[in-house]
Amino acid sequence: MALIELIDISKSFDGELVLDEFNLKIEENEFITLLGPSGCGKTTTLRILGGFETPDTGRVMFQGEDITHLEPNKRQINTVFQKYALFPHMNIADNIAFGLKISGKSKEYIKDKVKYALKLVNLSGYEKRSVDSLSGGQQQRIAIARAIVNEPRVLLLDEPLGALDLKLRQEMQYELIRLKNELGITFLYVTHDQEEALTMSDKVVVMNQGYIQQMGTPEEIYNEPENAFVADFIGDSNIIDGVMMEDRVVKICDHIFPCIDEGFGRKTPVDVVIRPEDVIIGRPGEGILDGVVTSNVFIGVHYEMCIEAGGFEWLAQNTVSYPVGAHVSIGVTPENIQIMNKPQSEDEEAMALDE
Amino acid sequence: MSRRIFSGPFLLFILCGTLIPLGVIAYYGITDRSGSFTLDNILAIASPEHSEALFLALLLALISTVICLLIAFPLGLILKDSRLGKKGFMVFIFILPMWMNFLLRTMAWQVLLERNGIINQLLDLVGLPHLDIINTPAAVVLGMVYDYLPFMVLPIYNALIKIDRHVIEAAYDLGASSPQVLLKVIAPLSLPGIVSGITMVFVPSLTTFAVSNMLGGGKVNLIGNIIEQEFTVSSNWNLGAGLSLVMMIFIVISMALIEKFDKNGEGNVL
Repeated sequence: MALIELIDISKSFDGELVLDEFNLKIEENEFITLLGPSGCGKTTTLRILGGFETPDTGRVMFQGEDITHLEPNKRQINTVFQKYALFPHMNIADNIAFGLKISGKSKEYIKDKVKYALKLVNLSGYEKRSVDSLSGGQQQRIAIARAIVNEPRVLLLDEPLGALDLKLRQEMQYELIRLKNELGITFLYVTHDQEEALTMSDKVVVMNQGYIQQMGTPEEIYNEPENAFVADFIGDSNIIDGVMMEDRVVKICDHIFPCIDEGFGRKTPVDVVIRPEDVIIGRPGEGILDGVVTSNVFIGVHYEMCIEAGGFEWLAQNTVSYPVGAHVSIGVTPENIQIMNKPQSEDEEAMALDE
Repeated sequence: MSRRIFSGPFLLFILCGTLIPLGVIAYYGITDRSGSFTLDNILAIASPEHSEALFLALLLALISTVICLLIAFPLGLILKDSRLGKKGFMVFIFILPMWMNFLLRTMAWQVLLERNGIINQLLDLVGLPHLDIINTPAAVVLGMVYDYLPFMVLPIYNALIKIDRHVIEAAYDLGASSPQVLLKVIAPLSLPGIVSGITMVFVPSLTTFAVSNMLGGGKVNLIGNIIEQEFTVSSNWNLGAGLSLVMMIFIVISMALIEKFDKNGEGNVL
């Protein structure tokens, strides 16, 4: 049995539908991430789980028990809020001890637990400090410590790293993974940052407009996006109109590319996803079609180039730099071509997967 | 350097508006009519008439402050959580009486509370016993509460709406019940507003003579009335000034106590 089950959840605010018949199962001890642009319903999902919003329809099940209308203070779930929401009138120790004091734990127990929690988030000795005196990253870690001392079954994290700078964010990502492994509790993480989602999660749920677009491991989501939205949202990608000529053959920009996808029928219009790092750049004539480099930017490990070829501007990444204006060829190995069905309508574009 | 010029008018105001008048009061307070030094005016507070008036003023000011707080805090909570989208309007309604002249408002109560006033006429109509509180301390407290309530509502409401919604949610999330959230999170976080509210109601209530004059009908003698009479009726400026000084000391002590309480509340932050 899944630890948490959201069944047919719908929720609208001021007549605007945020979640539509939303279904999700969360297994024990999973690190699951809801990923999507703002307004996709991910935070609402989290707030419904935390008990801060009541769904218009549908049920929230926790270990098989209906908790849809249970108050937040009665749930075995704790939340790490986006802006930390530490109690400004208490010192760090009192902040962390808040939940324990409420549940009437002994002074000794609380003291040990606070110490343990601070050690867990690498802030030992910060007991007497004030909230104001801590940096954003430190406050974030205290917010996590404050939630986990209560030994919740599930920890909800609402874009907890959103306000931190890049380096701190990356450090905190590893820290969260470590925490999750040490504590063995279920993490439900909400973010719009695809890199965060891919780095930390066991399972990623890509959402848009209140629907689940795709659910899977980070590898599945990245390598086999099921539709153009997912492909576009997860990392950079070339999404090109193509025609599936027959099994394992797709026509892009009037050129035939061999691929490995089957079962799309013959002469079916499809969306083709090719990741920029999978575009092989060679000398003219070497690849499948020829083109001209129109821009070239060095972005760290590699160069990001735009190549005008076959009437499409291809985004390509390569460790070798090709100057603007250079004539090149483009090729892609068959397994790096991802074929997706074209959505029939706007509605279907946002529609959930048929599970 | 040139910026200092801008502080000139304020320094002048402090000098003319605060320091010089205070000095004059202090001078009158510690001299007699002939201008020689004496502490009699200050020690005069020990006379039964004066000390009773001071005690009554402290008591009534305290009562009206507590009543204002008991009305304003729940009201602030309701206004803060009301989802009617009329928050601003509701607050506006509550401070609307402030737009009318203070004396006029108090006088209105005088008319309302009179033995044959509107309230008693209405009570007659429905056959209820008369409300005989005019010219009693109860009427004075009523007047103080009515006049100074907005000064309690505004700072408390402002403090309450500044509390981050997520901080309150976090308290619930950590298992706190509604009373616990109120006691451990909302009340301490709105303390600065509560303290300014208390200050802004307590001090004018303590020093008022207009409210007690109009609603007390000369039967409720507060220290403010006595000081006023020394300046106007008896023309004994020296005694009036001396008693004023004593009252000022009481206000400073009260404020220090409240401040201390406030510091304790926020002490955890430091």
